Amino acid sequence: MKRVRVLLFMCAVIAPTGVWADEAKPLGENPQVEARLKTLAVELRCLVCQNQTLADSSAPLAEDLRREVREMIAKNMTDQEIIEFLVARYGDFVLYRPPWRLTTTLLWLGPFLLLLVGGTVLVVTLRRRQKTLPETVLSEEEHRRAERLLSKGNT
Amino acid sequence: MIPEIGHFALILALCVATIQGTLPLLGAASGNASLMAVAKPAARGQFLLVLIAFCCLGAAFAVNDFSVLYVAANANSKLPLHYRLAAIWGAHEGSLLLWTFILCLWMVAVTLFSRHLPEAMRARILGVMGLVSFGFLLFMLTVSNPFLRLIPAAPDGRDLNPLLQDPGMVIHPPMLYMGYVGFSVAFAFAIAALLGGNLDAAWARWSRPWTTVAWCFLTVGIAMGSGWAYYELGWGGWWFWDPVENASFMPWLAGTALIHSLAVTDKRGGFKVWTVLLAILAFSLSLLGTFLVRSGVLTSVHAFATDPKRGLFILAFLAVVIGGSLLLYAWRAPRVGLGGGFDPVSRESMLLANNVLLVVAMGSVLLGTLYPLFLDALGLGKISVGPPYFDTVFVPLMTPAIFLMGLGPIAQWKKADLPALAVRLRWAFGVSFGTAVLLPFVLGKWTPLLSLGLLLALWVVTTAVVNVRERVTHLTGDSLMTKLAAVPRAYWGMQLAHCGIAVLIVGVTMVKGFEVEQDVRMNIGDTTTIGGYTFKFDSIQDLMGPNYTAARGTFHVTKNGGDVTTLYPEKRFYMVQNQTMTEAAIDSGLVRDLYVSLGEPLQGGAWSVRLYHKPFIDWIWGGCLIMAIGGVLAISDRRYRLGWRREQAAAA
Repeated sequence: MKRVRVLLFMCAVIAPTGVWADEAKPLGENPQVEARLKTLAVELRCLVCQNQTLADSSAPLAEDLRREVREMIAKNMTDQEIIEFLVARYGDFVLYRPPWRLTTTLLWLGPFLLLLVGGTVLVVTLRRRQKTLPETVLSEEEHRRAERLLSKGNT
Repeated sequence: MIPEIGHFALILALCVATIQGTLPLLGAASGNASLMAVAKPAARGQFLLVLIAFCCLGAAFAVNDFSVLYVAANANSKLPLHYRLAAIWGAHEGSLLLWTFILCLWMVAVTLFSRHLPEAMRARILGVMGLVSFGFLLFMLTVSNPFLRLIPAAPDGRDLNPLLQDPGMVIHPPMLYMGYVGFSVAFAFAIAALLGGNLDAAWARWSRPWTTVAWCFLTVGIAMGSGWAYYELGWGGWWFWDPVENASFMPWLAGTALIHSLAVTDKRGGFKVWTVLLAILAFSLSLLGTFLVRSGVLTSVHAFATDPKRGLFILAFLAVVIGGSLLLYAWRAPRVGLGGGFDPVSRESMLLANNVLLVVAMGSVLLGTLYPLFLDALGLGKISVGPPYFDTVFVPLMTPAIFLMGLGPIAQWKKADLPALAVRLRWAFGVSFGTAVLLPFVLGKWTPLLSLGLLLALWVVTTAVVNVRERVTHLTGDSLMTKLAAVPRAYWGMQLAHCGIAVLIVGVTMVKGFEVEQDVRMNIGDTTTIGGYTFKFDSIQDLMGPNYTAARGTFHVTKNGGDVTTLYPEKRFYMVQNQTMTEAAIDSGLVRDLYVSLGEPLQGGAWSVRLYHKPFIDWIWGGCLIMAIGGVLAISDRRYRLGWRREQAAAA
């Protein structure tokens, strides 16, 4: 009997600890639901945090909202339906990707307008530069100063 | 008594700033040498006064003088001394004092390292900086005074926001402000040049090292802020496009454009008008950033101070500084010559195109940051502009910019030959394209973004290799070592900084592509395996901190049965502020971080635990550090050292 005990003890010591411990359970039961929740939640705002996604937040309200979204996913609602439901309840504020509306047109078009303006200015500048290739960039005095500086630099 | 000394020192500093901002400028305009000579002693005197004020506020924090409102609001007798001192810049008033102090530091640096500048130029530079300082001092003394008394005194302070009680707080804001405020030097150089009407290559040469130093500080400052958010906020993010992050990123984008534009002005005499505009822009964005963060306009992870009452002064100040300098620019800039001509395909044109992309990116960040504020102010509804928007906009803008980054340094000045460029770079392109397409398969997952990220990073590195190889073979020298030594440090600095971008891109790409996150419920003794690492929850115990209580978990990490590390994440409760904080535990490594953060206690003694395996994440900050080292290498170049030595000789 004593031998058996020793053997058991030896096993406990030698065996890797992982064998004895339980594998931790994920917080959500269904991995597919969790994956969808994750893709939805990274684009949703936690409404009580300063600036955090629903996925990252650990606030109790975020926890509740995640549970609600889980339930909606379980009810086979599409992503679109879930987002519509949340917007109806909380407004556009809940979306980190602002929806396309009249008021957000400038927001979404802005970068492209900027690029257009920047590109136009660039092309015009390049054209103008090419026409007026003034060769005498440095004045005589500047040339002499440059020479002086260079010769000093070599010593 | 001590706070009154500080207050008085600030008033005197305001007087000195008034003198510094007027007499030297008048002197420079009228050619009066004695008026111009006022600039240097005024700048140094102002520095001393602001230093005194700064030390007085520090002393008030050190001795727990809760009769000072600012101290009572941001410290507590139980707060450790180093955090009490860091609390100087823990909120609005003290941050402005830090800002002004650092501005004075830069002013003194200008007085020390400007012997080679013409007298009028130096007088104008210090005069402009004096005016900026005047604005800040006036702001502090009228609406944002850190020395205001609280009578009767509070028995104890309200404590520093627990988020800020971290070593990051001690070093991150000063670093960031060194960068922000450093751009004031480039700004002052530009305004001085506009006033004097002498925008020549020499101006660009003088202003270059200053701009680069400021940029290095800003780069490191932003990286530190990002790293701090990563381990402090407990959700493993390193960049959230938060308005406060954007506020520091916009000057960085403008500053990056400025460094490159200055290089062209210095070497080729071109882009002068554009360079001046960028200098104004970079500093204006720094001002905007400071005020956005510190005025409470934004409500975000970082916006700790909120007081909208000061908004009017801020708006007026911004309007005067930005509007005034733009007016001056519009008046003076057309007189500035065009500089050397160049072909549509040349290094100049590529640098210019890259500048345009950087500025458009900056403009987009600005738009996304301010848009919700404007909508809200106009009563058109509340929206959130977050990472999905910025990612959508930023990636398409940066992709061509980084492509040009590889191309530019290889192209000749003035006129480059496209077919020849293609031939020179065919290997670089082939290797990076092939590797970028295939490598993700080897790593086990292929997505277009993964491939794109790797392509850009490899492109930057391979083109740098081609460039160095060409440069060295064209040199005359006996051995490879003498050839390498003949290459100027500024060149190595540039290549290194570019490679830093590549390292950063690898980090971002890998962590976005391969990070593993697991939210689990763990009892003592439970294990979880992610990314091949097994985390065992060994124990949890209570501890007492100086001003908090904590539950500290012990997680033993093994891989294939071998020990890796033990991690101790904490959940802290700060008594005074009545706030719970998550202290994540991180094991950093060259190719991966292991990240554990404790969530909430659950029923039956279990805890919700968040575990991450983040491959290559440290490359993000490593890349920033490499960029900054590149900058330092560039300013240690021979031409600057020679200039410095000549100054020393002249002074002796």
